[in-house]
Amino acid sequence: MSTHVHSSSTAHSVAPNSSSDEPLNYLTNGHTVKSWLLTLDHKRIALLYLAGVVFFFLVGGVMASVIRMELMTPGGDVLYSPDAYNRVFTVHGVVMIFFFLVPSVPGVLGNFLLPLMIGARDLAFPKLNLLSWYIYIFGGVSALLIVLLGGIDTGWTFYAPFSTTFSNSLVVPAAIAVFITGFSSILTGLNFVVTTHTMRAPGMTWGRLPLFVWAIYATSLIMVLGTPVLAVAIALIGVERAFGVGIFDPALGGDPILFQHLFWFYSHPAVYIMLLPGMGVINEIIPCFARRPIFGYKAMAGAMLGIAVLGFVVWGHHMFVSGQSMYAGLVFSFLTFFVAVPSGIKVFNWTSTMYKGSVNFDTPMLYAIAFIGLFTIGGVTGLMLASLGVDVHLHDTYFVVAHFHYVMVGGTVTAFLGGMHFWWPKMTGRMYPEIWGKLSAIVVFIGFNLTFFPQFLLGYLGMPRRYYEYPGEFQVLNVLSSAGASILAFGFLMPIVYFALSLKFSPKAGPNPWRATGLEWETSSPPPTENFASTPVITTEPYNYSPEDSERAPWDPFGSTTPEEVAHVG
Amino acid sequence: MSAESATLPVGTIVHGHGAESSHGSHHGSGHGHDPNVAHQFDDAAQQHESVLLGMWSFLATEVLFFGGLFCAYLVYRTTSPLAFTLASQHLNVILGAVNTGVLLVSSLFIALAVRESQLGNGKRVNLYLLGTILLGAVFLLIKGYEWTTDYHEGLIPFAKNFQIPEHNLDEMAHNATPAGRFKLFWVLYFFMTGLHGIHVIIGLVMFGIVMYVVKKRTQTGKSYSNLVEVTGLYWHFVDIVWVFLYPLMYLIHPITGGGGHH
Repeated sequence: MSTHVHSSSTAHSVAPNSSSDEPLNYLTNGHTVKSWLLTLDHKRIALLYLAGVVFFFLVGGVMASVIRMELMTPGGDVLYSPDAYNRVFTVHGVVMIFFFLVPSVPGVLGNFLLPLMIGARDLAFPKLNLLSWYIYIFGGVSALLIVLLGGIDTGWTFYAPFSTTFSNSLVVPAAIAVFITGFSSILTGLNFVVTTHTMRAPGMTWGRLPLFVWAIYATSLIMVLGTPVLAVAIALIGVERAFGVGIFDPALGGDPILFQHLFWFYSHPAVYIMLLPGMGVINEIIPCFARRPIFGYKAMAGAMLGIAVLGFVVWGHHMFVSGQSMYAGLVFSFLTFFVAVPSGIKVFNWTSTMYKGSVNFDTPMLYAIAFIGLFTIGGVTGLMLASLGVDVHLHDTYFVVAHFHYVMVGGTVTAFLGGMHFWWPKMTGRMYPEIWGKLSAIVVFIGFNLTFFPQFLLGYLGMPRRYYEYPGEFQVLNVLSSAGASILAFGFLMPIVYFALSLKFSPKAGPNPWRATGLEWETSSPPPTENFASTPVITTEPYNYSPEDSERAPWDPFGSTTPEEVAHVG
Repeated sequence: MSAESATLPVGTIVHGHGAESSHGSHHGSGHGHDPNVAHQFDDAAQQHESVLLGMWSFLATEVLFFGGLFCAYLVYRTTSPLAFTLASQHLNVILGAVNTGVLLVSSLFIALAVRESQLGNGKRVNLYLLGTILLGAVFLLIKGYEWTTDYHEGLIPFAKNFQIPEHNLDEMAHNATPAGRFKLFWVLYFFMTGLHGIHVIIGLVMFGIVMYVVKKRTQTGKSYSNLVEVTGLYWHFVDIVWVFLYPLMYLIHPITGGGGHH
């Protein structure tokens, strides 16, 4: 169906290739530093987030490299002590989770796209949005200062009583940094929830929301309801450590299991904070590149809400071997298997969407397909860990490390990269070099599997996580993993370089290079500050793609046909 | 659906504007936009709905924030009822009850302030807000007095002079209750009432600012009712937290609370 293609040629009044008389877009509307740092425009704030998450991703990535270098040999030789190793993996975990994964897709793509997708001028609370970014940066910079001043060695989980009594590192400042950063997440979530409820354009009913919006909405609910519990748990750790009172330390009358309950009450749903937005991205990419409507729209939206809700009742599966009651373990195991149902619905519906589609394998689609495969492996190994008996063997081994990296890196990071390629033309008005894009997707996929698949084997063979030295028989698999990590690092650096170069050298993108549906493609690229020339009215269902239609028209997002010609095809 | 339908202007027409105006939160009145409505909203109704939902979402966060603490309270009180009963008996039930009354009346004042703000009586709004601020201050004074007494009795676990009274220690030892739980009650008591106190202080500062804004906007004729309503919602929440804290901390009955160990 080509309604959106038609309207894209009329909705924007800008000829994409005209030069000096071009009306202002959000990028050219103000060039001062102040116009960026004090902007209230959700699109500029999205780019501020992009700068932040890329920076923290590189910091966390350097730490990952140090870990993989240390683990190339059984002995401890790169870092001078096991204590230093503890600090390095803690920084890797804290930075990657709180300062990269949690804000990555919501902060960048969510901020940029949510108002565009629902036909709004901005989020409901633009000032709050800017404040969220500042809190995030403040928390992140504090965390880095803490690292420079000596670091923290508790792991990202801050388990008591180690964190409250025995650790000699900067636990209290780190706890404060995480506590503060939590408010960034809460405020972003609150802003997105309200925006989705009250800012939708006429005709944008709940049943017509793009699934990315549903994903962001479900994520925001978790942010609003989960983050405060982490804040309290971390605050109690701070109080216990600062005043020597026993809230969690059993020697002083406290209960360490309670900390784990409070911690995982947030931190398990937080997994879905990191994953759901990635699923949202895949929901947009697959129909567009398969040229078919998404299979089972309602089931997909419901599955994401289902994951958000079920995510709150499975936290105990992190505690099967920490002294939680056996019956609680049984219930949590059972509930955890339930989460596989909505996750399975999503995987089946993505593949069903591609079935009999007219599939184009451009970079976003390569990343999306990689996501489906890697997420499936990550999810199914999660079920293995959710089985009580198996978990006793696998708990705290590299199997767990491999499992959550398949979900977080294979899932979220892959989706984030896919989304960045998909919406890069919209965000910057430029295409990216497709050959390099495809190459990066392939390098990331190979590097990722080489890094983390051996870790499943290592864990199964019994190598515990967070250890600095290991028996010699584990070396081959560890060397494979480290080799994979260097390929993966190369794959991650490629997009950073060619995205930056594309701003100057790549051809300009039309308003809708992918001939995608969705309101964000009906305004110019890059969009004007107020997003739409006038408030759009929505009269069609989402994902109005048809494979037959696309076969009649040439698929040529990058090149020979000009955007105007593309827009008039069909 | 024709191509044109997607671009039909509905509601307020957004004007293209230059670099300067896009950074302010409000359009100038020259743009034909209601000066009471921020640029991202189409009309006052949408803005009202958004700010209210925003505050409700924030309060949902707050419920979970205190919820973690109530959960900790629940765990320790259930596992060590005697320690909690003995500790609770050191609290002054009468002062707690007075404070409950003080907060409930302040909530009434806020409700009246919200009503007056919708009617546009700026002076009365500020009168009620002043009343709320005074009652909030009374609450804090009483709380401060209680905390001072607790300090002199050596019941503040963060202070050096903390000491579990001799007779309490004996009774817990007789009933095989870990004495650490007695201290834990006080940790939770001060953490929770302290956190609540911080919320009260934030509320009072907020109402001071709101009074200033109401006064300003009464002069310029701009609307302030949303502001009064959302801050009022916040205050009701602060009040409700205390309504839970008071019985849980002060009213642990010796028999129902610790009976199992006698």
